Amino acid sequence: MDTALLFDDAVVLLPELVLAVGVMVLMMVDIGRRGQNGSQLLAGLSVVILLLGIGASVMIWGRAPVEYLDGAVSDGFALSVRLVILIAGVLGVLLSRNQFPAIERQGGAFYSLYLLAVIGMMLMGTATNLIVLFIALEIFSLALYILSGFYREDPRSIEAAMKYFLLGAFASTFFVYGCALLYGAGGSSKFTQIHETLATGGGNPSLVLPGIALLLVGFGFKVSLVPFHMWTPDVYQGAPTPVTAFMSVGTKAAAFAGFFRLMMTALPSYHDQWAMPLAILAVLTMTVGNLTALRQSSVKRMLAYSGIAHAGNILIALVAGTAAASSAAAFYLFAYAFMNIGAFTVTIAFERQHGNENDLEQGRLAGAAERFPVLAAAMAIFMLSLSGIPPLAGFFGKFLVFKAAVEAGWAWLVVIGVLNSAISAYYYLRIVVAMYFQQPEEEADEREPSIVPASRPSVFVVAVSVLAVVVIGLQPGLWADLLRGLGQ
Amino acid sequence: MVETSYYLVLAAIIFTVGATGVLLRRNALIIFMCIEMMLNSVNLTLIALARQWGNLEGQIFVFMIMAVAAAEVAVGLAILIANVRHRQSINIDEINLLKW
Repeated sequence: MDTALLFDDAVVLLPELVLAVGVMVLMMVDIGRRGQNGSQLLAGLSVVILLLGIGASVMIWGRAPVEYLDGAVSDGFALSVRLVILIAGVLGVLLSRNQFPAIERQGGAFYSLYLLAVIGMMLMGTATNLIVLFIALEIFSLALYILSGFYREDPRSIEAAMKYFLLGAFASTFFVYGCALLYGAGGSSKFTQIHETLATGGGNPSLVLPGIALLLVGFGFKVSLVPFHMWTPDVYQGAPTPVTAFMSVGTKAAAFAGFFRLMMTALPSYHDQWAMPLAILAVLTMTVGNLTALRQSSVKRMLAYSGIAHAGNILIALVAGTAAASSAAAFYLFAYAFMNIGAFTVTIAFERQHGNENDLEQGRLAGAAERFPVLAAAMAIFMLSLSGIPPLAGFFGKFLVFKAAVEAGWAWLVVIGVLNSAISAYYYLRIVVAMYFQQPEEEADEREPSIVPASRPSVFVVAVSVLAVVVIGLQPGLWADLLRGLGQ
Repeated sequence: MVETSYYLVLAAIIFTVGATGVLLRRNALIIFMCIEMMLNSVNLTLIALARQWGNLEGQIFVFMIMAVAAAEVAVGLAILIANVRHRQSINIDEINLLKW
């Protein structure tokens, strides 16, 4: 192999390399300050590393897509997904400040695992090879198993980790079995090679359909499609909220990106066979997600079920299976990152205000608008955006995905998607109504009411998210041009 | 030479046994072992297919799966121990704090 190629094209993976070096630096710094409590330095360092990663992504933005050693590619889609994950990562780190004692004690472990999860997710979007895809999936999954159990004082956090791990490892075996069968079908682990072999009538076509079915189980678990979604609300509720906020966006973006690329570069000739099962899964996911979200009392569980419903919406883009649909999905994920993390941030702020550190009942939001006008207004914007009300970012995400699906001839699926958006508006608006039009049942506690009961980094996260949701909503064309689809 | 399909069928049977074990057993450690068994059936599949195709990618994939399985064991046992410290049991029926 040409060594010049080995190093010159490595620029394809520059953001991942920056983060990998960053993780090592972070661990060194942690060793150097052994015994000291507090994680301010480490959190700051993580933010810097992630920002450098964003810088690296922007640096290689305009380049033509290059494939690196038959394993990774940096096309517009990979870069868009990277950006979503890195932004979600930065916002998540900012949220984690002063959250719970375990982070203060073991900041080094927390932030290096966190950055490793980010690396795995970014790799997933670039993978063009079954082996890389599987490794990337496992890198971020293993990191997230630990992170979701990091709040060790709380038995619910451990329980969330346990459930996530057992079900996640179970689903991973299906995923890797599917990879093995696809390798058997195409005789190569390269996506494009598999496609070529199958398209020319070679290989073992009989292994393709079982392979797709098994991959679908593993993938469905990672992005929490119904009926593989049962773990989601439990893990989201039990895991530390900053981790939940990050993983709700990051895992979805990564798994969708990886699966999009796999299905559209390795198996486009089988689109007729896999599109219909995926469409049925999308319908199930949206409907069950929304209907169950209706009857949740915990805000975090409600957001978990709403996340399931959003996964169903993004799946519509995959069903359509066009390049336009993939850029629509990138846009959707970009918008979703801001509105979802924003909603989680406000939830954390309210949680802390009510002393209940890791959970919040919807009833506690009654009358919040009077006591915390700024936070309530921000929450209202996120809720409206999540339910897809124009002109906020969430609306254009849905609009682009639905448009791509109609163009690809999936009008009936879009009709169901729109009906589901109407259902979802009910439970999102219920929170707005509670905050603005209901009186709190109990007397407000004696604590000094403050305008913004949140730490400074959280305020920053909320401000950035509100700004992004509004700006993306007002200038959707600009962002849609920036975020690209597969092969662009 | 034994035909590839025999290996594939054997692997599928082992995989199914493992999956059934995960769904039926209540002891987290046994579930864990079942998951390992499923991974090993995938390894068998990959090696059989690699021999059929006559290339090394399947073999390399097996090494990667082994490495990942080892990492998974480390993480899994740690989580298991953390859980035992909280409730002195590895029966998954008792993991029931979080429910819809």
